[in-house]
Amino acid sequence: MLVSYKWLQEYVDLSGISPEELAEKITKSGIEVEGVEKKSEGLKGVVIGHVLEKEKHPEADKLNKCLVDLGQENPVQIICGAPNVDKGQKVAVATVGAVLPGNFKIKKAKLRGEESNGMICSLQELGIEPKVVAKDYSSGIFVFPSDVEVGQDALAVLGLDDAILELGLTPNRADAMSMLGVAYEVAAILGREVKWPEIKGDEGKEAASDYISVSVEAKEENPLYVAKVVKDIKIGPSPLWMQTLLMNSGIRPHNNVVDITNYVLLEYGQPLHAFDYDQLGSKQIVVRMASEGEKITTLDDEERTLNSGNLVITNGTEPVALAGVMGGANSEVGAETTTVLLESAYFTGGSIRRTSKEQGLRSEASSRYEKGVDPNRVRQAAERAADLLARYAGGTVLKGSVEADTLKAEPAVVSITLQKINSVLGTELVMDTVKDIFNRLQFETAVEGDEIIVTVPTRRGDITIEADLIEEVARLYGYDHLPKTLPVAEALPGGLNDYQLKRRKTRAFLEGAGLYQAITYSLTSEEKASQFALEQGEAVRLAMPMSEERSTLRLSILPQLLEALKYNLARQNDSLALYETGSVFLKTDENELPREKEHLAGAVTGLWHSQLWQGEKKYVDFYTAKGILEGLFEVLGISESVVYKAAEEDGLHPGRTAAVYLNDEKIGFVGQVHPKVQKEMDLKETYVFELSLEALLAAETTPIAYQTIPRYPSVTRDIALVVDKRVTAGELYSVIEAAGGKLLKEVSVFDLYEGDRMEDGKKSIAFSLKYFNPERTLTDEEVSKAHGKVLKAVEENTGAALRS
Amino acid sequence: MKERLQELQAEALTKVEEAGSLKELNDIRVSYLGKKGPITEVLRGMGKLSAEERPVIGALANEVREAIAAEIENKQVHLEEAAIAEKLKAETIDVTLPGSPVRTGARHALTKVVEEIEDLFISMGYTVAEGPEVEKDYYNFEALNLPKGHPARDMQDSFYITEETLLRTHTSPVQARTMEKHQGKGAVKIICPGKVYRRDNDDATHSHQFMQIEGLVVDENIRMSDLKGTLDVFAKKMFGEDREIRLRPSFFPFTEPSVEMDISCKVCGGKGCSVCKGTGWIEILGAGMVHPNVLEMAGYDSKKYSGFAFGMGPERIAMLKYGVDDIRHFYTNDVRFLKQFSKHEA
Ligand SMILES: [Zn+2]
Repeated sequence: MLVSYKWLQEYVDLSGISPEELAEKITKSGIEVEGVEKKSEGLKGVVIGHVLEKEKHPEADKLNKCLVDLGQENPVQIICGAPNVDKGQKVAVATVGAVLPGNFKIKKAKLRGEESNGMICSLQELGIEPKVVAKDYSSGIFVFPSDVEVGQDALAVLGLDDAILELGLTPNRADAMSMLGVAYEVAAILGREVKWPEIKGDEGKEAASDYISVSVEAKEENPLYVAKVVKDIKIGPSPLWMQTLLMNSGIRPHNNVVDITNYVLLEYGQPLHAFDYDQLGSKQIVVRMASEGEKITTLDDEERTLNSGNLVITNGTEPVALAGVMGGANSEVGAETTTVLLESAYFTGGSIRRTSKEQGLRSEASSRYEKGVDPNRVRQAAERAADLLARYAGGTVLKGSVEADTLKAEPAVVSITLQKINSVLGTELVMDTVKDIFNRLQFETAVEGDEIIVTVPTRRGDITIEADLIEEVARLYGYDHLPKTLPVAEALPGGLNDYQLKRRKTRAFLEGAGLYQAITYSLTSEEKASQFALEQGEAVRLAMPMSEERSTLRLSILPQLLEALKYNLARQNDSLALYETGSVFLKTDENELPREKEHLAGAVTGLWHSQLWQGEKKYVDFYTAKGILEGLFEVLGISESVVYKAAEEDGLHPGRTAAVYLNDEKIGFVGQVHPKVQKEMDLKETYVFELSLEALLAAETTPIAYQTIPRYPSVTRDIALVVDKRVTAGELYSVIEAAGGKLLKEVSVFDLYEGDRMEDGKKSIAFSLKYFNPERTLTDEEVSKAHGKVLKAVEENTGAALRS
Repeated sequence: MKERLQELQAEALTKVEEAGSLKELNDIRVSYLGKKGPITEVLRGMGKLSAEERPVIGALANEVREAIAAEIENKQVHLEEAAIAEKLKAETIDVTLPGSPVRTGARHALTKVVEEIEDLFISMGYTVAEGPEVEKDYYNFEALNLPKGHPARDMQDSFYITEETLLRTHTSPVQARTMEKHQGKGAVKIICPGKVYRRDNDDATHSHQFMQIEGLVVDENIRMSDLKGTLDVFAKKMFGEDREIRLRPSFFPFTEPSVEMDISCKVCGGKGCSVCKGTGWIEILGAGMVHPNVLEMAGYDSKKYSGFAFGMGPERIAMLKYGVDDIRHFYTNDVRFLKQFSKHEA
């Protein structure tokens, strides 16, 4: 809502308060003022000129040579390119030395050999937004009424010296969508009075009821309809002061009738509509719900198809307006209009909201109805508009109005105790302070002991319960005056739960291991959503996505993480290690929430380690990614429950992928991105993992159980085995561990050879076995006995040959 | 013989002094002190001496021997030290070359901010509550005093999945769920971080996905002054002890009274600058007293219980704290961006 400071002064005394001070006060007590704009700031030297002569420029077809009186001793010559410039016009002239928007300075100039001492301006050139410039002047200069005085400051005449306050209105403050509403707010803040406009109420002899009848079928959607008739209208421009106030409020002037309805809309917050009475096609107004498929062409020349949820104003047979949203083209007020039917109605928010949404049509009227108008201003606004039509459109107001009224508009009565106010706010206010606040708001009050009974005017439909009253007290008392305390409550122990603690530990480990945390979008394309999915299932799709790219909730994190790698690779960041924790979503039943699971994913590519000047370079490989997981499992205390099995996964290298099992349940995978996918995405060799974080963190961790540092030495024996290539290290590990008995404490691979010197289909793999007895020093005999069992088992179970 | 011994001593000491290496020194030791050395030879000739002279010469010979041995010992230490020094000198490296890099990663800026806020409130006795990102219309709106058709629903344009389910537009449904779990009894003191979604076109200041962190305290006798005091502690810990807070009236359907909290601008100290758009204040969060309808819907008696809630955007806080100029940076994961948040901050 744009509020003209000058206009506001008509309703409340603002003396002694600058626009900036006013903005500050309004912001602090309830409505955010998002800006204060003075359009004329920085501009100067624009005056009203009178075009005395106009002739064609001798050298240029499209230019005119004008002689303009600026109210100085001698008229000056100005070259003007506007198509509508003419002799006798009063126009805005930027004189030599003037400054226009954009710090554009006007200098004396020669145009095609002719001297030009200034510039005749269009409204746009003076900084007025094109969308509020009347259509007549949209592609030419603005012509002032002939009674403006030559030499005057044109910026002031156009109201550009006004300060415009931009209010950011929250949906509850529909009352401030009018000048009078803002006046009430300001009056409460300043403790001043509200001045209402004066309505003369002159009426002709004929009665409105002889011209029109009104019947409302949809009483719930339209509990009050007021029609007035004004005859003898002469269509023309509205007075300049009205046009400038409309423009300053962001509304384009049209003609006197339309401008007056808009003016009263801004003044009272009550939408009005003017029909050309003679074009109505009947002498009756019938308000009803539209029939399915019924059509209306609205004022913007759009043909709209309606449904039974749309409220329409009809002439008894066909719609003449889309109620509360926009008028129909068939009954539009035009240059020929002489009799106007003025509609002022109370439409309930729901139906207007639905219609406006369905038709994609929001207007000044619909946005007010949606939030609720003051039922007690419906008649007042009609009277005010009729009065203005009489004054500025030459009209004769017919006697009375024709109404259909089933509206109950009782003010709300809400009571509250002083004790309640103070206990909610933490204040020690006295009754007089509270009463004064309500009185400043012009709410009637009655005090009974500790209780105050407040009668809330209908303009403040947002106030219905105690908490609403407390808010009014708080904001006008001022939050600055509220004390600062801390809750006096039973002391609850704060903290993270086990899952949250472990998740933080997981992050800390991964970051320590050299990975950067990424956060990507949960919404992706339908195609990407299910790539690399750990658990096959249906993805969740939005009902109305904004784009296909962001249409579906992810089933896995990896596709987005790979996108992040791609983004970085394209920017010469080629060694990367990222991880992300976040939710994935699996569809369940319609209208049930999807199953939401937290996952952990990681991706590494490029160099893992490098020391350039020493010539050391280590590229990431499968074991880099696996090593990260092994470290993590160690930190989480679950490494003993984890098993890796060679696996094939969609999108991953079939020979370089392992499924990760935790206590026999598959919880994720680690592997190389399939070279085909790498190529498609312009990635380099990339290794990834994705795991169910929930499964990981839910796993029972082995508690820390201290073991004394060994006092006795251990004995290490190495073995090198020649086995078939298909025999995995994992198999050998399990055979060795099973056969090693109690004394075998540690097994590790220390060499792997698959080169030319091996027999075809064979490989050599070497293990280091550490034997140890916590109670005493091992004898050679004991070790040899245990080791012998291992060798035997390996030979028997895997066909391994001991290599000397 | 006495002269001969003295001569030998002088000769040996000169040689020792001149010796340039451990080998030379060893040769000197062997030639003078060895069994075939000149001193031994002198001692062998002692038979020709008188009984009086013999012990005198014997003593002298021992003296000479010891003097030479001592000097050799002395010299040996010197030579050894020199040899070590020489060796170390040869081992000199360029200490200004870079060290072997240790990999470091970093937490995402938003996680940093969220954890900082979590920890701050945990220290004040809050626990961290989380909830689903896909929500029921009921928890996202209705339970928060936003019935279907309420105009304020427009403030949060949403991604619906079905008529009844949508991507949550704020983390407030976690509050509704937590209160509901309490079945109208006992105090609630939670902080709820998480991802939220709104129908916005992504640009420098808008993101269809962003983070939110909200707090809720419900108990008997919770006052608005408690909210102000709590926010003051938060603002000072998070943004600096010298910051002031200001509450401005606002509107949220789930709180009443509703306020927005500003903090004084650090850049200009309140005088007004481009960061604070000339106002001297920077908007940080929205807050208010829990609306009685919200309490009642969760099963709390609003006559007995009251509460306050507040909510803020980690992106906005990170943008203010670190001067990040485009919200999209948080989601493109450019490592040149991510790397900047690895440092510890005071
Ligand atoms: Zn500032």
